[in-house]
Amino acid sequence: MSDFNSLTASQKYSHLNTTVMNMLTKPSWGWWTIFAIDMLFLAFGIYCFIYQVYTGLGVAGYSHPVLWGVYITNFVFWVGIAHSGTLISAVLFLFRARFRMSIYRIAEAMTVFAVATAGLFPIIHLGRPWNFYWLLPYPNQRGLWVNFDSPLLWDVFAVSTYATISSVFFFIGMIPDIAAIRDTVVGKVKKTFYSVASLGWKGSSWEWGHYTRAYFYFACFATPLVISVHSVVSWDFAMANTPGWHTTIFPPYFVAGAIFSGLAMVITLCIPLRSIFKLEDYITMENFNGMSKMIILTSSIVFYAYLTEFFIAWYSGNKYEYDQFLYRANGDYALFYWIMMVCNGIVPHFLWWKKIRENLKILFIISLLINIGMWFERFNIIVISLAKEFEPGSWGLYKPSWVELGITVGSFAWFFMFFLIFVRTLPALSIAEIKEILPVPKKKQEGSTDE
Amino acid sequence: MNKDSQHIMGIYSYVDLLVDSVKKLRSSGFEEIRVFSPAPNHEIEDCLDTGKEPSKVKYFTFCGAILGALVGLAFTIFTSLDWPIVTSAKPIVSLPPYMIIVFECMILIGGLSTFLGLLINARLRKDTPPELYDERFSDDKFGILVSCSADQLEQVENILRDMGSEEIQINGVKNEE
Repeated sequence: MSDFNSLTASQKYSHLNTTVMNMLTKPSWGWWTIFAIDMLFLAFGIYCFIYQVYTGLGVAGYSHPVLWGVYITNFVFWVGIAHSGTLISAVLFLFRARFRMSIYRIAEAMTVFAVATAGLFPIIHLGRPWNFYWLLPYPNQRGLWVNFDSPLLWDVFAVSTYATISSVFFFIGMIPDIAAIRDTVVGKVKKTFYSVASLGWKGSSWEWGHYTRAYFYFACFATPLVISVHSVVSWDFAMANTPGWHTTIFPPYFVAGAIFSGLAMVITLCIPLRSIFKLEDYITMENFNGMSKMIILTSSIVFYAYLTEFFIAWYSGNKYEYDQFLYRANGDYALFYWIMMVCNGIVPHFLWWKKIRENLKILFIISLLINIGMWFERFNIIVISLAKEFEPGSWGLYKPSWVELGITVGSFAWFFMFFLIFVRTLPALSIAEIKEILPVPKKKQEGSTDE
Repeated sequence: MNKDSQHIMGIYSYVDLLVDSVKKLRSSGFEEIRVFSPAPNHEIEDCLDTGKEPSKVKYFTFCGAILGALVGLAFTIFTSLDWPIVTSAKPIVSLPPYMIIVFECMILIGGLSTFLGLLINARLRKDTPPELYDERFSDDKFGILVSCSADQLEQVENILRDMGSEEIQINGVKNEE
């Protein structure tokens, strides 16, 4: 294939379609191997869950006083991962940031799959998971309704709204691209599938007019939604009077942390995808630079929040709060606390150097460290606060059991299963939006070189 | 779309030639023009004056959002009054926490009705028959579809050809000349 930059504008248009079509060809043995390994982990996770349901919640490690353990940590972690997808697709769309174009489909897919993963954990966490629908307000025989004053119920509304809206947004963005696949794909089954999914899209100026408006309104809705959802998740904690939870800084701190972890996950996914599918022409250093800069910003906000928590714990004169933070930094879980501090507060600041930002191997490692750091952030907030509340008589330690860890590993496998299927069936690059930033084919510019 | 009108399509590689053709067609009195493109393009929008008739999707968005907020408000208030139980010494109808539910319902129903608005406005109303579409429009080609009477076909074809169309299709059939 010739150098991308030497192609004419219309050749670039075709090149993009071909690149996306090439991603949808028959999976190689490499893909099947990864998929099979992924399925093994998922099967182990499902086994752990069945074992837990069959035996009872005792096989999970959480017990008094730490009644929210790894499951709720995973819930908050995955909801957080889900946030940057909508950030990239909606917020950066409204800001007209060019660097979002070629990565936003990957980020949006990640959002949808991460919400689908997060949504499992409150159910896994239940002692009687088959009664999960009691969370929903529906007319029942006893005339009971849910308690709308409870943050846990706000969560039900926020997360289900987020799952619905981000899925629809993901789908709307894909309509013109699915139509492009429909036009070139061979095979009756595939053709029918993509024809139905494209909703008969033809790309007439009439359709584009309505489409761009609808997309804009959707972005306007999704932007405040991003901020509201993780604020609501943070209120699960901040509304309780537990030391370490009961602070007003939680909503902005959680939102920044969510975007921070999600961006890291986008980088984690983009770097291998880019080299496997040879997407260097589309996912460029501009994309990684943009994301790295957003990471520096959100990391600074998160680090500031860590320091503020400490300062307020001292400045407020609240003994319980103060002791809680001293305990975090040098108590039983100090190792996890310092992993969080280093991975989230210090490591991302290496990205100030352009050389490090543009070295994809180092960037990949940094993104993995951030993911680890952010998982431990949630663990620290949830577990350490519950381990030492007010009464010394009710203090206690928590250690995750193998069942909990198995389900955690299974949740990663569940997420990657969706992602692996996605890259082989749906357009992972946004054809229409990348064409908007590619040069438009014009006779005048090409002059005499063409025809 | 008039049933017995004829459809003639010009296929283009270049947007500037296409825009000039549209202008020429419109100045010659042809107004039933539909343009196909692989991506949204402002020049095409401008030459068709589609911006003058704003999209009606916004009414769906607005009404959906208002409806969603009202649903959220009614739902929280009436269910609380239906089983009035005092929690944490707070009023039965405590609006501040309900605002979160109202907000989420507003976004949910507003978003879904925007999607509905897109479906109703973009596809169902002005659908193009499959034979009047070319699969290259999602790749790298642009197209102009003109609907006119049978005796005007030649005039339109000449305009399209003169202005740089690479291929002409009449009622979906390629016209070699």
